Amino acid sequence: MIPGDYVALAVILFVIGAVGVLIRRNAMVIFMCIELMLNAVNLAFVAFARLHGTIDGQVIAFFVMVVAAAEVVVGLAILMAIFRSRRSASVDDANLLKY
Amino acid sequence: MNAAHVLAASTVGAGAVVAFWILAVISVAAALGLVLAPRAVHGAVLLAVVMLSLAVLYGVAGAPFLAFVQIIVYTGAVLMLFLFVLMIVGVSAADSMRETIRGQRLAAGLAGIGLLVLLALVVGHAAIGPAAPAGSNYGVLNVQRLAQLIFTRYVFPFELTSALLITAALGAMVLAHRERTSPKPSQRDLARQRVRGDHPAPLPGPGVYARGDAADMPALLPDGTPSPLSLNPVMARRRGSAIRVPGPGVPAPLPPGEPGKDGGPDAEPDREGAHP
Repeated sequence: MIPGDYVALAVILFVIGAVGVLIRRNAMVIFMCIELMLNAVNLAFVAFARLHGTIDGQVIAFFVMVVAAAEVVVGLAILMAIFRSRRSASVDDANLLKY
Repeated sequence: MNAAHVLAASTVGAGAVVAFWILAVISVAAALGLVLAPRAVHGAVLLAVVMLSLAVLYGVAGAPFLAFVQIIVYTGAVLMLFLFVLMIVGVSAADSMRETIRGQRLAAGLAGIGLLVLLALVVGHAAIGPAAPAGSNYGVLNVQRLAQLIFTRYVFPFELTSALLITAALGAMVLAHRERTSPKPSQRDLARQRVRGDHPAPLPGPGVYARGDAADMPALLPDGTPSPLSLNPVMARRRGSAIRVPGPGVPAPLPPGEPGKDGGPDAEPDREGAHP
């Protein structure tokens, strides 16, 4: 267990997730990329907790998981509502508030 | 720093290091696949791979509780929710990889590289040393220590999460609820509609042949042509189907008022009511 390597992996996963959020247009995939970023941050929390020998980081990661679960529930409900009215899950189509 | 790494590697044992590198490669490859896969379902499965490898990494890093919570909550609950919504939204809908905004992908790539460089510089300058000696917080007492922390120092955030979860459940119910804009058609209305329509008899069932017995085989009309009425429109839209119902493989977007045909959230199970 080398915390530096864990943090490096977390950085790479976070960047991949961020790029995915930027380049994809399917709202579901964007959502999954956000989950990927949250997971990467959790990994960094666990690595730093191990680095310091405490487990406060694990508690924070646990709370992040709870918040992520709540976020997914609400976000997917919004997505379904949008899909129901627009028949599309693409973020390009929901542009009524543009300009 | 390098000497510290070597020292740490010698103390943690080779197994953890090997596990880390294998899982790191797997998770990064799966994350790249998630970003690049055109279909959202493939992305969801690849995300499951990432989450499972992270769960194992948590276990290696001395967080067995988080490892199991990761598997149960993330891989079990969150990803299942994703897959359910994907089934509703439409599994076959592949994301077109065509750029709609010119230069967006290039800009996103540059932003990603910039973010990577920035974070790498930050992490590289941080001089992250070897792990502290694992005290009683790690190992078999991990769960007890976590419980002590959650119910003492973090008891207020813990109580707040209950409010958050209740709010999220209520919000999901409100958002997913659909107000009926028209009265629900009764059985009498449906029967009348069917008799008055152009198809009083039941629609033909899918075909059953010697070489195939499946719901995606169209029935054949007397002249040998496949009957479009015999197939569910979702099936007919799949690749390789003998029937092209609305157009050449492209699902025709429905006007918002029309009841869903393609397995949408409000699609009626009866095909009789859906076909024009």
